[in-house]
Amino acid sequence: MMAFFKLLARNRLALLGLIVIGIVVLLAVITPLLPLADPDVTDTPNRFKPPFSSGAILGTDHLGRDLLSRLMWGTRLSLAMGFAAAVIAAALGSAIGIIAGYFGGRTDNLIMRGVDMLMAFPYILLALAIVAALGPGLMNALIAVAAVNVPFFARNIRGITVGIAHKEFVDAARLAGMRDRQIIVSEVLPNVAPVIVIAMSTTVGWMILETAGLSFLGLGSQPPQADLGSMLGEARAALITNPHTSVVPGAMILIIVMGINLLGDGIRDALDPRLKSGALSRPMAATQVDRKDPVPAATNSLLDIAALRTEFRVRGRVYKAVGGVDLHVEKGECLGIIGESGSGKSATALSVMGLVASPPGVITHGAVHFDGADLIGAPYKILRSLRGRRVAYIFQDPLATLHPLYRVGDQLIEAIQAHEQVSKPAARARAIDLLKSVRIPNAENRIDSFPYEMSGGMRQRVGIAMALANGPDVIIADEPTTALDVTVQAQILSVLSDLRRDRGLAIIFITHDFGVVGQLCDRVAVMYAGRIVEEGPTDAVLSAPQHPYTSRLIDCVPTLGGGQRKLAAIPGRPPMVDRLPEGCAFADRCDKARDACRAGDIALVATDAGRKTRCLFPENMERARA
Amino acid sequence: MTGYILKRLVSAIPVLLGISVIVFLIMALIPGDPATAILGSYATPENVEKLNRDLGLDQGLVARYFIWLGNMLQGDFGRSFALNRPVIDEVLDRFGATLILAGTSFVLCSILGIAAGVVSAARQYGFADKAITFVVLLGISIPSFFLGMMMILIFAVKLRWFPVSGMWPIYGDRNFLVLLDHLAMPALALAVVATGVVARLARSAMLEVLRQDFIRTARAKGVRERRVIWRHALRAAMVSIIPVLGIQAGFVLSGAVYIEMVFQWPGVGRMLVDAILKRDILLVQGGVVFIAACYVMFNILVDVAQALLDPRIKT
Repeated sequence: MMAFFKLLARNRLALLGLIVIGIVVLLAVITPLLPLADPDVTDTPNRFKPPFSSGAILGTDHLGRDLLSRLMWGTRLSLAMGFAAAVIAAALGSAIGIIAGYFGGRTDNLIMRGVDMLMAFPYILLALAIVAALGPGLMNALIAVAAVNVPFFARNIRGITVGIAHKEFVDAARLAGMRDRQIIVSEVLPNVAPVIVIAMSTTVGWMILETAGLSFLGLGSQPPQADLGSMLGEARAALITNPHTSVVPGAMILIIVMGINLLGDGIRDALDPRLKSGALSRPMAATQVDRKDPVPAATNSLLDIAALRTEFRVRGRVYKAVGGVDLHVEKGECLGIIGESGSGKSATALSVMGLVASPPGVITHGAVHFDGADLIGAPYKILRSLRGRRVAYIFQDPLATLHPLYRVGDQLIEAIQAHEQVSKPAARARAIDLLKSVRIPNAENRIDSFPYEMSGGMRQRVGIAMALANGPDVIIADEPTTALDVTVQAQILSVLSDLRRDRGLAIIFITHDFGVVGQLCDRVAVMYAGRIVEEGPTDAVLSAPQHPYTSRLIDCVPTLGGGQRKLAAIPGRPPMVDRLPEGCAFADRCDKARDACRAGDIALVATDAGRKTRCLFPENMERARA
Repeated sequence: MTGYILKRLVSAIPVLLGISVIVFLIMALIPGDPATAILGSYATPENVEKLNRDLGLDQGLVARYFIWLGNMLQGDFGRSFALNRPVIDEVLDRFGATLILAGTSFVLCSILGIAAGVVSAARQYGFADKAITFVVLLGISIPSFFLGMMMILIFAVKLRWFPVSGMWPIYGDRNFLVLLDHLAMPALALAVVATGVVARLARSAMLEVLRQDFIRTARAKGVRERRVIWRHALRAAMVSIIPVLGIQAGFVLSGAVYIEMVFQWPGVGRMLVDAILKRDILLVQGGVVFIAACYVMFNILVDVAQALLDPRIKT
């Protein structure tokens, strides 16, 4: 609760709204005590006195009544009407909602049908109909406004109640022999009460507006009594000659409703957990770069990642997802990156083309040289022209990564047209060829399918076809087969393998599956806690792992027919990348760890031909030397 | 698709019946003798007796409902005693004006609201976002009738850009441009609140969509950012925006009451308020049922639009 108020106070606009409403309500409460003129005493000789005249700070209206006094009394009445309507609507609506949600079944069905019917009405129309039947008047307007808001509360509260009615503590109360009425009062009501309050705080502004509206039309408060709406309605006749009589009550309504809305928004935000976690921010077109250190020099590799650091900055915390990674891939080569989830392999891959979601992602160090040019911090225009054209991506779950509402053909055509001026029929023909090249049967028809109409394997082929659309030099495949079953996975791998051979593609293949790496990759890099712990030719690394983590990881993989071997899970969990330990990140889980491992940073050093390991006491060294 | 439209049309029948029941029940709340309430206290006994016979007022509630419903199905909404003409004629005469006003406002609030929401989301926490958020807050907080009055004061009286009120000039041509001139202020004033609501929803829907994986795919393809936002993201966000547009259609249709009063617009809303003040019950009843029915029909259009947009909806 305190945290909630703190959050509310931090939201300056909400605080402003709270202060405004507080002042208005306070003034309305003490109005009878203030030395104000009688709001209803007419004084026609002094009609339409302008504001700031003597004896009437805000001037007088068409009957010579003091506007300030009328404003204060009118505000009092409008606030009272709005709050009363909100309370009545909340009470009735919540009662209906709780009954429907708690009892469920036929009761629920019947009530909610009725509520739906009421909601099929534009609500102002419904309010007019009620006033028409009951006759114009303050109380009738109040009843009408409350009545049209009942369905809103009923529906919201029902939803919450349905959730609560099936919770364990309600079942427990029922088993304890409590009656329904008791359960509703003692178990359900306390749990829905906060929701009712929030719903009220967001609707009371509307209700003040609606009652003011009815009064404005002459259907609410009747003369001489006036709320803000009827003041405005009466002033309308003199709008052009004496605008101040309209501006005064109108501005007051605006101030009140705006204050309530500011406060309501603040309350809603304070209670929304997504806002706290920053999950509601949208990623920008390219990852933010905040790089102060010198940029590593370019090399001759096709794609060269050097000393790359990417972090996620969430609410004052810094998660070092990529903590200084060096990798390179040559033409026609396949590099595997392997590691557990959260080891930073995806963040590394996405950093290449600035696709790390930002906020919260920031690239802080290093370089990515492609064809000699640094991509980190490159202008968006250059990044965009390279994306898909020279470096293409294949992502994990093709149902989520293909646009659900466009036909796959249109998405392929778009990929082509993003980089080339091609007519639509020509692009379509090429799209069909692409689908054929990834062995999609019946490509001429499949091109018009929506993603949801295809199987997982077919969708991933579309994903690959899309990556191939512009004949890229490098394909970065981020766990492309993880969501697929084994036979489909084998087919996808063979498609990729053929493409690499036929087109001289360089592939960076990210996976957590050693089997896949062994099948496809020339070299493999093992990542742990955002850094590479071992790198080398695939066969060498798989047969004689040097880093304890690599060997433990290989021991986790079950092999067919290997019934004799014991599967060894690695104890513990990877460290959180916002609290990395000194020294080796794997030390806490390593059974060979010594004090030296925790003493300081450990370098990735060359051990054998083309092999590097980040370990003070590497394994399998004797055999390698022999 | 035709099948889907038919299905939606059929499913509208119970809703329409429900609406008629609700309106009927509300009107049954009228205190005192309904015939006197309908005809006014100066009615002759013969007229009262005739009305009692026509509306079946001497019969039970259920029987009365079916007589009323039967009459309506034959296009007979009763007779306005104040205007002394059939209700349906009066409603139809005025409905065109309301439709022009509300329709224009609906188009305005859809386009402006979505555009504002998209820009706001694309520039989240930037200057444009903050400015739009503030204007939207102002828009949903200002009473449309007060806004309309201020617009008259500023744009009609002070600047003389637009006529003060009305739909047509008393003398002179009645062409499209003249209509636009008269329509501009009321349509805008009516659209402001709805625009704010749409903009808020569009912003949050866009933020939701922009975090989805398929947006990253589009960017990875090298699609231009403008296209990513306005095509990929907006298309997906429309799925949650369209239902809100449907609600706003109801809002502008009924909120037109205030604007018609402020701008002397000769529509159904003003007719309703006059009828309520004159206790012309049958005219109110007819007008309310008619507008509510139009709204139900419009919502079918919304559903069809939704189905066209989202192929995953089984049609």
